[in-house]
Amino acid sequence: MTLRLRNVTKKFNSFTAVDQLSLEIPEKQIFGFLGANGAGKTTTFRMILGLIDQTEGEISWNGGEVGYGQSHLIGYLPEERGLYPKLKVQEQLIYLAKLRGMSKSDALKEMNDWLEKFKVPEYKNKKVEELSKGNQQKIQFISAVIHKPKLLILDEPFSGLDPVNVEMLKEAVVELKERGTSIVFSSHRMEHVEELCENVCILHHGSPVVGGHLSDIKRSFGKKNIKVRADFETNFLEDLPGVNKYKSMPGGCELQVMNEEVSQTVFSALGDKGFIRTFDLEEPTLNDIFIEKVGASYE
Amino acid sequence: MSKFFVMMGHTYKNRVKSKSFLITTLITIALIFTLSNLQSIIDAFTGEDDGKTVAVLTDQEQWFSALKQNLATEDELSLQMFSGGLEEAKEEVKKGGFHSVVQLEEGEEGLPEGTYYAEQIASTEESRPIQQALQQVKAVTVTERSNIDASVIQQISSPVSFQLVALEENAKSAEELDQTRGLVYIMLFLMYFSVMMYGNMISTEVATEKSSRVMEILISSVSPVSQMFAKIIGIALLGLTQFSIFLIAGYFGIQQSRDSSDGSLLESFGLLDIQGSTVVYAVVFFLLGYLLYATLAATLGSLVSRLEDAQQIVAPMMMMVVAAFLIAMFGLNSPDAKFITISSYFPFFTPLIMFLRVGMLDVPLWEIVLSLFMLSASVIGLGLLGARIYRGGVLMYGKSSSLKDMKTALQLSKKEG
Repeated sequence: MTLRLRNVTKKFNSFTAVDQLSLEIPEKQIFGFLGANGAGKTTTFRMILGLIDQTEGEISWNGGEVGYGQSHLIGYLPEERGLYPKLKVQEQLIYLAKLRGMSKSDALKEMNDWLEKFKVPEYKNKKVEELSKGNQQKIQFISAVIHKPKLLILDEPFSGLDPVNVEMLKEAVVELKERGTSIVFSSHRMEHVEELCENVCILHHGSPVVGGHLSDIKRSFGKKNIKVRADFETNFLEDLPGVNKYKSMPGGCELQVMNEEVSQTVFSALGDKGFIRTFDLEEPTLNDIFIEKVGASYE
Repeated sequence: MSKFFVMMGHTYKNRVKSKSFLITTLITIALIFTLSNLQSIIDAFTGEDDGKTVAVLTDQEQWFSALKQNLATEDELSLQMFSGGLEEAKEEVKKGGFHSVVQLEEGEEGLPEGTYYAEQIASTEESRPIQQALQQVKAVTVTERSNIDASVIQQISSPVSFQLVALEENAKSAEELDQTRGLVYIMLFLMYFSVMMYGNMISTEVATEKSSRVMEILISSVSPVSQMFAKIIGIALLGLTQFSIFLIAGYFGIQQSRDSSDGSLLESFGLLDIQGSTVVYAVVFFLLGYLLYATLAATLGSLVSRLEDAQQIVAPMMMMVVAAFLIAMFGLNSPDAKFITISSYFPFFTPLIMFLRVGMLDVPLWEIVLSLFMLSASVIGLGLLGARIYRGGVLMYGKSSSLKDMKTALQLSKKEG
């Protein structure tokens, strides 16, 4: 069941929140959806979920529009966390699961499995407001996946979690993918996206600026990173033609160069200056690409 | 549809289990029992009174006996001649020997004048009968002097017979009016309070879900329209539960007081025999009124993003209820006033004021049907509009300024393409 967006545009009066966005998200895949704050990610999610209507274009999933008829197949973890603070975890999850069309007994079983998996079964009878932010986040995640959705939208799922819990949730996300769920994943943490997603799309002021398979994107980006560790001053590299960025580090430097050929110029320039401990030619990171395309970092 | 019931059940269960529901219900039951037994309670308190002794200071023996005779019907007051001086008598009052002192002196033209001394003069329960009795003593003194027969005086002062008869067929007789007035009064109060209470509950419910941001999840599972009506009906069921409890409590309360005394207080409220048609109208107007205000409350609640703003945004609605209530209160005394008739057609006033007219007057059927039609049309219209505002409103966050927000919410939910 593939999710397709074709030339989707959303206008609020004169403001264009999303402009001519086309995406294709196949089954069993995690799709990285990136963009600075206010780039139109949430608006896009809301359009996919059918909460607001697009001004132009088509959104189809499973051969039709996404509507309330399919809400039992769709999971949504909104960026702004939302749970009933006064309700107990169990009441909360059962209620939300029932609204997704689950029976109470199935919901109970799933809930217990997930709580076990996240190592928090003891929170079942606690009120959500009594939990820490990270644990609330786990409950929020469970509420999005308890009904075994076929399409899962995760808006910043790892924010507020410690590294151990991030790993735990990441494993869960990968497991869901293996089970055949299409996942749309949005994050400001590029390393998470790089780790999880095969295809990505970067949105800037509502328009897609980069899109496609991650390795293709990196290749076509052209620019490479070079890490140098050497026993002599390397700051003369900054003035070489083709070097975009130069960052001095203790005992060496990091460079960004125009293309692979420039790396050879750098290499030969270093050649006879002295002892070189490391010369490392690296693929550009998604972070580099993001900064380049969007113009700012949101770490 | 099943999601609708899940949500409705959730709204209902959550509220029924809440402490505030339990407390308000218990307090109201206590109030109902107190009110329905008010007669016995008043009796119980007054019955134990041993009566109060009032010292009379006067040198005119005949005034004292006349006063005593006039006050013979007052069980609680007994007069006693006091032979000492005024200061002594006051001293006695302070010590508690007497409740109060009345000094009778001869004023102009030999007529009695009285001065009343008591520790507190805030309550006129004791002083007024004495004053009235003295008034009679004065009148008798004057008539005796003028050689007028006492029976003449009696004729003059006895109340005139004056009866009200309505000529219009079906118009309510004075007796009936008194009976329905009590019922209408109570129904008005019930409607007023339930719109206030449950309307507020609904808008808070919506605003809570919005402020805790759980709304975004809810709205992706259940359509805003079923969400809105699930809440309205869930709270309505809550109201029904509460009213049923009150009704049962009220029934037992009345039953009890009917046994003990003849329930003169209840009778004056016309609660011992209630007219069938009035009850039917009460239910119809009540339900439609609830739906209208509840829809408005849910719509308004969907526009705010913080709980604190919920109170503010429903304030105009509450003012409308208060206005309707005040007009209705005025209308109890003159239900046929022109502006009562006019305002009974304004949908937001209809539930209270048309019901008042139906209860108090003989309103032609077409007027009732017309107002019911207009009320139902507004319920449907507001429901449709509200559902659309709700759909957009629940997605909006930020500072609220109601009217502008309504427009934005409508645009947000607009079907396009």
